Amino acid sequence: MTVRFGGVTPLDKMSVSFEKGTCGLIGPNGAGKTTFFNVLSGFVKPVSGSVTAFGEDLLRMVHFRRARWGVRRTFQTEQAIEELSVFDNVAMIHEHSKLGGGSRRQEVIDAIRFVGLDVDPDTRVGGLGAGQRRMVEVARAVVGRPRLVLLDEPAAGLPDEETQHLGDVIRRIPEQTDGMTILVDHDMSLVSACCEVTAVLDFGRLLASGPTAEVLRDERVIRAYLGTEETG
Amino acid sequence: MDATGVESPAQDAAAVEGPAQPATPRRPLEPRSFIRPVVIAALFLFVLLALPSLFSTYYIDASTQTAIYAIVALGLGVLVGRVGMVSLGQAAVLAIGAWVAARLLFATGLPFPVVLLASGLITMVLGTLVGLPALRLSGLYLALITLMLAGAITVVLATTNFPNGGHGFLGYNGASVHIPPIRRPSIAQGDSAFFRYSVVVGALMFLLTLFHLRAKPGRAWAAIRQSESAALAAGINTTFYKLWAFALASFVTGVAGGLLAGSQHYLYSIDFQTQDSITLLAVVLMGGAYSLWGAIVAGFLLQFLPQLFTSWGISPDWLTILFGVGVLQVLTTAPRGIVDQLPKDLARLGRLLARLVRRPTPSTSGET
Repeated sequence: MTVRFGGVTPLDKMSVSFEKGTCGLIGPNGAGKTTFFNVLSGFVKPVSGSVTAFGEDLLRMVHFRRARWGVRRTFQTEQAIEELSVFDNVAMIHEHSKLGGGSRRQEVIDAIRFVGLDVDPDTRVGGLGAGQRRMVEVARAVVGRPRLVLLDEPAAGLPDEETQHLGDVIRRIPEQTDGMTILVDHDMSLVSACCEVTAVLDFGRLLASGPTAEVLRDERVIRAYLGTEETG
Repeated sequence: MDATGVESPAQDAAAVEGPAQPATPRRPLEPRSFIRPVVIAALFLFVLLALPSLFSTYYIDASTQTAIYAIVALGLGVLVGRVGMVSLGQAAVLAIGAWVAARLLFATGLPFPVVLLASGLITMVLGTLVGLPALRLSGLYLALITLMLAGAITVVLATTNFPNGGHGFLGYNGASVHIPPIRRPSIAQGDSAFFRYSVVVGALMFLLTLFHLRAKPGRAWAAIRQSESAALAAGINTTFYKLWAFALASFVTGVAGGLLAGSQHYLYSIDFQTQDSITLLAVVLMGGAYSLWGAIVAGFLLQFLPQLFTSWGISPDWLTILFGVGVLQVLTTAPRGIVDQLPKDLARLGRLLARLVRRPTPSTSGET
């Protein structure tokens, strides 16, 4: 697929496929990771290309309908809703995406418990700390068995201890949702702890993809991150 | 009427001012959830039963206007505080409601509640049209375009005039000498009775709004206010919910317009000015756009305070300056308005007094 904003081409004839389970997506700043997420969630229309997920053409769906179909995402800047309680934050996603036939209350409580949030569900999110708000956002992303969970730098700004907890939760997402998770992060230890396979983007092109450990050892990947001697 | 915006002040302080103040542990829910409805019910009954007998006709009329404008402020509060859409057209929407109600009251013998409902519904349709630009615009541009639409509506109303018992679609007869007053409900002919009637209708509008805020639309609005793209990613049809907010705001404003028609007996287009919408937004921000109580404060500021000033011999024009300063203060230091700031200031004052009582010599460390 190709995405173009005027003269800038954040994604250039990029083609990538992910399997069920947790997959990593890494790359230097400006590689096109978030643009790729924006294509999946419908904020950006590619000039050419297609997105097929679970046998359906995602691009033909209006953005807000994709959540109902099963796309969830978190944002680089955490977007849990301050005015609402923890419960309402998660319940809101559930009521706008009719997935699963279970009772709403139970599924929302399950999702809050799943991310290990140890707070009263009636607490206003505005009063929570940054780490807890991240977990609320993850709970929003996993409630109601979504098919595709997109996590955009969930560990950004979190202390190591909370990142570790986050990693534990992310690892358990596939068994909770029975779908696919794509994790974008700059924290390589988090990516290698969570993802069996990883794809690397650089300047809008797919640089490498495969089992995480192999990809991280790939010379081209190391070069993309650290730069090469020739180009300095 | 629970002001959802006003949780425990300590929590809000932590949310608004950052981690400067340590958040106090949450108080247990039970006593509060019990006391609150009781206090509200007592307050409501006091206003309904005792207030009219304490006031002269002059202040009863001011109270009726306060109740009516509290409903208008409620609608604007939903748009500004809950969804984050600044509309400067709400006074014109109120004028539409008043016009429709007056027309129906002259033309038909329908019971007053039915007229209120009808003017609410018709205003809902027209007011949602005023809100249509909100689908494409936001912030300053939305405010400007709604202000222009309000101006257009004011011009149209100045030409057509308000119905005065004449015939035809407009119901205005410029030549008529003996103009009949707009009728009131049979159970609320007197001023006290009409005040009570307005308070009950107002309470119903507050309950309708509270019901919305506590349910699916309220959660969707909160999401849209925070971030539109996050709301879309959450599966919210933002177009639909924005229009819904305008529909709700216009409905309650239309009902308020019906009450206004009944309370005034005679309506003149000179009473509805485009700039009223700006004053309305100012008092809504001052009262507290995030809270339902803020709407009542806004109604008080807009309709009761001028009467108080007049009876004290102060020109109500001073209020324009007061509102200007008030908005400045709200925008800079108290984003949640008077309903949030006043209890905090009182608590601060209480702590200060308690400290002075305990230690006769004032401490030099001052307030924290």
